[in-house]
Amino acid sequence: MNPTDNHYPEGQSFRNSLNSRYRVASIWQALFFSALLIAMLSLAALLYNVVDGAFGYVAYEYKNDPAEFSAKPLDDLNKQELLDILKANLSDGAYNKLNNEQAMEKRSKSDLYTLVLERLIQIDTKQTWSMTASIFDANEVKAEAAKKYPEAKLEFRSWLTPIFLTTPMSSKAEFAGVRTAILGSLWMVGIAILFALPIGTGAAIYLQEYATKNFLNRIIQTNINNLAGVPSIVYGMLGLAIFVRALEPFTSGSIFGITDSNGRTILSAGLTMGILVLPLIIINGQEAIKAVPDSLRQAAYGIGATRWQTIWHHVLPNALPGILTGSILAVSRAIGETAPLIVVGASTFISLDPEGPFSKFTALPIQIYQWTTRAQTEFHSIAASAIIVLLVLLLTLNAAAVIIRNRVQRKY
Amino acid sequence: MKQENTTLENKNFRPLDLKKKLRPGESVIQSLLFMSGILSIFITVAIVYELGKEALLFFTTPGVTLTKFFTTTQWSPGIGLFGIWPLVTSTLITSAIAIFVSLPLGLSAALFLSEYASPKARATLKPILEVLAGIPTVVYGYFALLFMTPLLQSIFGDAVQVYNMLSAGIVMGIMILPLISSMSEDALSAVPRSLREGAYAMGATKFETSIQVVLPASLSGVGAALIIGISRAVGETMIVAVAAGSGPNFTFNPFKAAETMTGHIARISGGDLSYNSIDYNSLFAVALMLFLVTLVLNLVSQVIVERFREKYE
Amino acid sequence: MQINETPQYSIETKDLSIFYGTFKAVSNVSMLIEKQKVTAIIGPSGCGKSTLLRSINRMNDFVPNCHVTGELLMRGQNLYGSNIDPVEVRRSIGMVFQKPNPFPKSIYENIAWGARINGFKGNMDELVEQSLRSAALWEEVKDVLKKSAYELSGGQQQRLCIARTIAIQPDIILMDEPASALDPISTLRIEELMQELKKNYTIIIVTHNMQQAARVSDYTAMMMLDKEGSRSGTVIEFSETKKIFTNPKDKRTEDYVTGRFG
Repeated sequence: MNPTDNHYPEGQSFRNSLNSRYRVASIWQALFFSALLIAMLSLAALLYNVVDGAFGYVAYEYKNDPAEFSAKPLDDLNKQELLDILKANLSDGAYNKLNNEQAMEKRSKSDLYTLVLERLIQIDTKQTWSMTASIFDANEVKAEAAKKYPEAKLEFRSWLTPIFLTTPMSSKAEFAGVRTAILGSLWMVGIAILFALPIGTGAAIYLQEYATKNFLNRIIQTNINNLAGVPSIVYGMLGLAIFVRALEPFTSGSIFGITDSNGRTILSAGLTMGILVLPLIIINGQEAIKAVPDSLRQAAYGIGATRWQTIWHHVLPNALPGILTGSILAVSRAIGETAPLIVVGASTFISLDPEGPFSKFTALPIQIYQWTTRAQTEFHSIAASAIIVLLVLLLTLNAAAVIIRNRVQRKY
Repeated sequence: MKQENTTLENKNFRPLDLKKKLRPGESVIQSLLFMSGILSIFITVAIVYELGKEALLFFTTPGVTLTKFFTTTQWSPGIGLFGIWPLVTSTLITSAIAIFVSLPLGLSAALFLSEYASPKARATLKPILEVLAGIPTVVYGYFALLFMTPLLQSIFGDAVQVYNMLSAGIVMGIMILPLISSMSEDALSAVPRSLREGAYAMGATKFETSIQVVLPASLSGVGAALIIGISRAVGETMIVAVAAGSGPNFTFNPFKAAETMTGHIARISGGDLSYNSIDYNSLFAVALMLFLVTLVLNLVSQVIVERFREKYE
Repeated sequence: MQINETPQYSIETKDLSIFYGTFKAVSNVSMLIEKQKVTAIIGPSGCGKSTLLRSINRMNDFVPNCHVTGELLMRGQNLYGSNIDPVEVRRSIGMVFQKPNPFPKSIYENIAWGARINGFKGNMDELVEQSLRSAALWEEVKDVLKKSAYELSGGQQQRLCIARTIAIQPDIILMDEPASALDPISTLRIEELMQELKKNYTIIIVTHNMQQAARVSDYTAMMMLDKEGSRSGTVIEFSETKKIFTNPKDKRTEDYVTGRFG
């Protein structure tokens, strides 16, 4: 080719080809952006879907007429009257059982009111409608309800109420709450962190401050990275085999004299979750320790500090915000994990508050799973409410992590 | 000052003792820390040992052979059917759908964030992906069953069953998207600026530079992201447990219900399971397969990422 | 132990070589460093000045695969002997680094910490004041002792680092380009301080700045890369500073100090 020959387009024709190149580029740029748009839409759809389920019209019937129990409308009764109705109409066995759970006289009025509804009048939910239908097609909903269930009452209901947070589990969606589940989750996460934070931080210190580049330490590091990617259900199987089964005398509390329990306890779940978040805590801890500048260590060594004095007085205090942020993230992970808890044996139905590490347990995500997989739509509504509780909890935790991260400015 | 001088004079002739001191505290602490580090190895060993032990019991049960395990297509250990395939195919199908959704979306998002977005746009867009990544998978399960499935039914009609692999797969894709996007973005931004500048200096547009120069240079990093994505999809439990169906079903139709390996473990272990039964042992065989597959995928991805890092450092 | 003691010298190196793995960074250095004098180590970048300096208080222990051959004697004791405690070595040989690196604590705590971990039992307030006075910083900070050390200027931070080193009463102070990150006025103050300090301490300083070496030091060690292209540095000339700058024996030293090098 002769170098003076020009095989390139020139002038207007080059400009035209450049313009078409730009056109292609902007189309692709729009496509790239649309991926983020889809992500945003998915997130919006997910959140909307949850909220949509937690509020809306509900059609229900009373199995027994309230008039059978009381001449006055139920809402006007005082505590003693409600108690009398329960005493009179419940079987002795059922009454005593309730009394054993919590003394009837000591229960609040709304508690008793709920019991009257739940045990005596017995609500029978016929159908629930989503929030969207309830707001925008209210008339159609009303017409449909009137036609299908002429006897039923129609009511706009928020399934997420303060009572929902404070009542225990119930077999009827209308009376179920997440109190037991929240307490179970807190116990479980508490044990997990108590186990994983010291060990994880210790391992992070070892790997960053002590480990030389030898074969064993490389294996440890690779192994930790791999453990972080092991499916959570496999940790559940490990927990089942070791904590629930092999260590049953310990995890059931029988060596401490507790007799009415098997290995499927809060302790087993907490330890399993602790092992699951351990790699996460180690890796985050390593990052935090790595961020502490070397000059600080040298300064300490330079005036005759030992290794541990240097770590304890200088490295750890400066890595602390990072370690804390990491453990909050680990807590969020543990709170949302479901699969290992199923395998380790979360109870499907439990209405008593956990009393300690050797109690049977349920947890928030377990309830969400249970309720979501029920066929009746009212259970979907309480699943949605429980999801909102879970997401708010996670949001709070993550906000705390962000605040810690921003509050503690890097000083060096 | 005078007095100070004299004390320092004396100091210069004080005996210099540099001999090793016994510091038992230091040694105790160091060994405690070392034990924390080594514990992770024990965890892996425990996983392999426990899963392997029970899986071995399963494979030595009369009637169970490796041939049956890998060549027949019905799984119901309680009644003597030991073909793993129905669980494997549904796992593969849901994972394939998830990757089909998350790879193009995740890569596009990564390209936009690393090559196009202004720092300000990045700061607002990235948290959205982080929120998606932080949502518990059981919530995605709810979303799949009560949003995605009705949506698919309204598009494809009654062919879509209430529990189906397609819905679970798509939602799993949305769940994995942030992972693929953030790993790919790391790979893209690790490509040195000089390479981009070289392309610009030859008259390439931004798009030509990102697609023809930056993306190929970061391909191994994107590959690592893909592999981790597959590993995550294969190991994901709650979405498939809620939305993909309960009951092994040997089918390739994504509109149908079929139980994955993880979903199967979750369903069976959630019921009343007695130790030493064939059901109990078979779960460990399935879990062992799951562990080995994800282990290999994770290792491969880690090796790729390390090679990639070396290349540009 | 007392037999080898050579009273007027505080450090003696005998054929000292420093390796990173198989790479020999500093080779065959033999020097006698005199007590209560300032010794400067000069030479072009990458010739191993800092490596040599850091080997004296065993800071190189933290570099993986770093080891030494030959002997490094402090008052007759080989600092790399098998029964030597590196923490004790660093307590006796203080170090001031290139960039000021105070702890993210109060000014007071910066000084008190080192004393405390080394088991100081005297009056802490007095020690802090005395150290700050010796580092010529007391007047500037006496009212803000509780403030964070990070609120000080770079020059003040560096003097705080010197004060912190003095507080643990070492025999020797190593200074690794202590003024290279500072402005000229702060540099001058550090140099004045060194003249003051050498009354009580032996000072070894690494510097890039030849005028500084000429101004502050009594002895100067000139380091260069070996000729054979092995990329390891060595001391090519070591004598009184006056001699090095006015009448060097080695042609390379002359080229370097007169700026004709390279």
